Amino acid sequence: MKEIGIKDIEELYSDVPSKFRLKRKLKLPNLMSEQEIEAYVEKLLSKNRTFKDILVFLGAGCWPHYVPAVVEEIIQRTEFLTSYTPYQPEISQGILQALFEYQSMICEITAMDVANCSMYDWASALGEAVRMAVRLTHRMEALIPRIIHPERADMLRTYTEPIGLQVKTVNYDKETGQLNLEDLKSKISEKTAAVYIENPSYLGFIETQVEEIAQLAHDYEALFIVGIDPISLGVLRPPGEYDADIVIGEGQPLGSHMNYGGPLLGIFACRDDMQMIRQMPGRIIGMTTTLDGKRVAFCNALQTREQHIRRENATSNICSNEALCGVAAAVYLTLLGPKGLEELGKTIMSKAQYAIQSLNKIAGVKAPIFKSAHFKEFTVNFDRTKKTVSQIHKQLLQKGIHGGKNITEEFPELGETALYCVTEVHSKEQIVSLADSLKRIIEER
Amino acid sequence: MIELFRQARWDEKVVFDLGFARRRGFAVPKIETEVKNVVGDVEALIPQKMRRKTLPNLPELSEVEAVRHFTRLSQMNYCVDLGFYPLGSCTMKYNPKINEKLAKLQTLSMVHPYQDESTVQGILEILHTLSKWLAEITGTHEVSLQPAAGAHGEFLGALIMRAHHKLNNDHEKRTELIVPDSAHGTNPASGTMAGFKIVVVPSDESGCVDIKALKAAVSDRTAGLMLTNPNTLGIFEGNIEDIAKIVHDAGGLLYYDGANLNPILGKVRPGDMGFDIVHINIHKTFGTPHGGGGPGAGPVGVCKDLEKFLPVPRVAFDGKRYYLDYDKPHSVGKIRSFYGNTAVLLRAFAYILNLGVEGLEEIAEVSVLNANYLTKKLQEIKGYELPYADKRPRKHECVFSVKRMSKEKSVRALNVSKKILDYGMHSPTTYFPLIVEEALMIEPTESFEKEELDRFIEVMKNISKDAHESPDKILEAPQNTAATRLDEVKASHPKTMALSWRMYKKKSNP
Repeated sequence: MKEIGIKDIEELYSDVPSKFRLKRKLKLPNLMSEQEIEAYVEKLLSKNRTFKDILVFLGAGCWPHYVPAVVEEIIQRTEFLTSYTPYQPEISQGILQALFEYQSMICEITAMDVANCSMYDWASALGEAVRMAVRLTHRMEALIPRIIHPERADMLRTYTEPIGLQVKTVNYDKETGQLNLEDLKSKISEKTAAVYIENPSYLGFIETQVEEIAQLAHDYEALFIVGIDPISLGVLRPPGEYDADIVIGEGQPLGSHMNYGGPLLGIFACRDDMQMIRQMPGRIIGMTTTLDGKRVAFCNALQTREQHIRRENATSNICSNEALCGVAAAVYLTLLGPKGLEELGKTIMSKAQYAIQSLNKIAGVKAPIFKSAHFKEFTVNFDRTKKTVSQIHKQLLQKGIHGGKNITEEFPELGETALYCVTEVHSKEQIVSLADSLKRIIEER
Repeated sequence: MIELFRQARWDEKVVFDLGFARRRGFAVPKIETEVKNVVGDVEALIPQKMRRKTLPNLPELSEVEAVRHFTRLSQMNYCVDLGFYPLGSCTMKYNPKINEKLAKLQTLSMVHPYQDESTVQGILEILHTLSKWLAEITGTHEVSLQPAAGAHGEFLGALIMRAHHKLNNDHEKRTELIVPDSAHGTNPASGTMAGFKIVVVPSDESGCVDIKALKAAVSDRTAGLMLTNPNTLGIFEGNIEDIAKIVHDAGGLLYYDGANLNPILGKVRPGDMGFDIVHINIHKTFGTPHGGGGPGAGPVGVCKDLEKFLPVPRVAFDGKRYYLDYDKPHSVGKIRSFYGNTAVLLRAFAYILNLGVEGLEEIAEVSVLNANYLTKKLQEIKGYELPYADKRPRKHECVFSVKRMSKEKSVRALNVSKKILDYGMHSPTTYFPLIVEEALMIEPTESFEKEELDRFIEVMKNISKDAHESPDKILEAPQNTAATRLDEVKASHPKTMALSWRMYKKKSNP
């Protein structure tokens, strides 16, 4: 204060009109010591019940997968954790290279050419992907499947309503859940900017008519956008091999905990097409060299798409993203490697299949509703048990088991139905325990 | 005394060039025999045409190789725990370690967002309490914690403006969003995303919103104004009462960009100044780590009239239990999956507890004191000019211009910033705000003590001296970092760009 010639810190606020100055203290708690905070927060959080103390079969956009210790250790490295967006590449090579590797691995598993270094989540990636399709096609309609997470569809509307985009829904085949191609044909037109599908679908089955859908979209010069669960891509055919133009998805399964739904990791990738790349949202890291050409190095590429340069003409407003979750995904995929990702996919699918078969044996239970192959999630219908999902789940919870997501209101046409999720974290014994408990509850009168 | 700095410079290959075929870093749990017996060959379950035929080209490393690779990379990354990080408007402050410890608790990390409300009372209580605290801090009526970042909050804010005018049947007319020429780039970008046309108002000779120009810019087409106060020059917009009146009289709403909230915590609240919508950058003001770009969180607070437009669900409390309230017919809808970046918000909850009411105010004071100390000391050094210099104090940051140095010695703001790196410090934000030529935007925050500020001043003195006596020394910087100056043109040129390993391979072996 002496150096700048003031006697009271208040002098530095002399330019704030006094009528607006807060004349009281904020109504906030007094400071706590570190030890007190730890005890307090631990006590509050202990009111939560977790996958460690109850058996949970929830998925629907945020999934339980094991996070290797190495992943947690690397993303807690303070050099990554406490750094800013790498605006000065010479001193930020570490995070830049790690994010370049993340982008590259996303390209390898999806069979696409370019990925950005993250969006907020799958749903915002969908909003941005459709807006990108609108910029590229100058058209104002998007077609999405009826079987989609309703919140994701809602967010798409939130993201595209301001530009006047119309979102139309394509029905599904009642037997298989697969997209109804006739309905798609009747709705697609020269106004369609994008056709969007998800694989696996929101209800867990694998969409198989991918080539027909891609062909239809391209016949009308619309973009074909595919939403994926990256952990399925060790066993499932990557969208790049069935002509997807943009691939989006949720990267949380790759090394991020559920954390009650956040942070998540929005995946965003496209083909090597300059017109498309120039319209991509978000930060993209590129590989280059030092000016003297002596060393491979990394920096932000194509920044002229971004808000800090292009302002109101930017491709998106995104600035802070989910970079550290991207690093987690890169470490995760490095640890698993190609074989590991394939084996994990098989393990998950086997366990889910085992659960399907176990539940299907219970009188009155149908799992799944659709006659299609399922990856890690599947519908369980309780119509013939004469009980509602919420009655059954309430009783399950009393036994320490949390059932899947109740989707009865989301899809009334499917009756009393829940969406169950089984992954590598569920043991055979736990699946048996779920089946036994359900059986007992359903048989009780 | 300036210490020597040498950043680690590993010749670390891209991970795809490391490892060896079939090497593995993690063992996936085997399928139990009984499961296998029941299910059979799982591959047969997948329709032939949907099976992956060739495995993805992922790296094949052992666990220790992977650890070594990423640890080496981390050593080539500067961070706030290593030293001074005066990136203007980014508020790079210390991130308390206790918050990291808490964010790792399994009682949060292993909780699913769709669990029954009875099983998540702890986290709901934390979120509910935090939203009340943030409303108190910003002087708003209610806060939504959902936006994942500051720009995401801005987008939500602009959508709320739209929803407000729509309810008044006025949205087809009110299509213009006003932003000052000194605004953060996200403001106009967010406005455009929400469907508005951007109208830019200039700053006056004092660096604040030009009141005359603002009066001329507003009309019955005005949806609102986005403003940060203090602004990006670090100057408090003293005319805020007039600004609010002009915008409100025209029927517009006033939006507060919270990037610069740090220096006014507990001193003056955006809501009290007349702002209707406010976003908060949790990863700036409330000390959560930036993670090399994210995750952050960008909660949005609104005045009473706009409360109905906030996204669903809202965390509510009925006196006995916490619950998620979806019953909001006027809501703009969903803005993010689930409820926001919960693990980030938990850290902010702990941060506020750790500082308490007195501590938050002290943050504001020390950050302003630090900025004014640098303002004073740097003005004394040849070559650093302070535009809009008058008697007014700065708030959280100050913006210097090296225009003269650039003209006379060809040492530009870019060169100065690169030379700062050589001293083991991060450089300020450069070339922003756009209204200052050759700008260096410096925000010291409260986290650095006088000795560290003095080191920075010493560095700036050295650079000025070199710039005037032997500018070549500056132009070749940086030399002490993991990489010297990069070929950024190559990185963005269609012929040479390599945005993934795949693209690089394709271009190197066509």
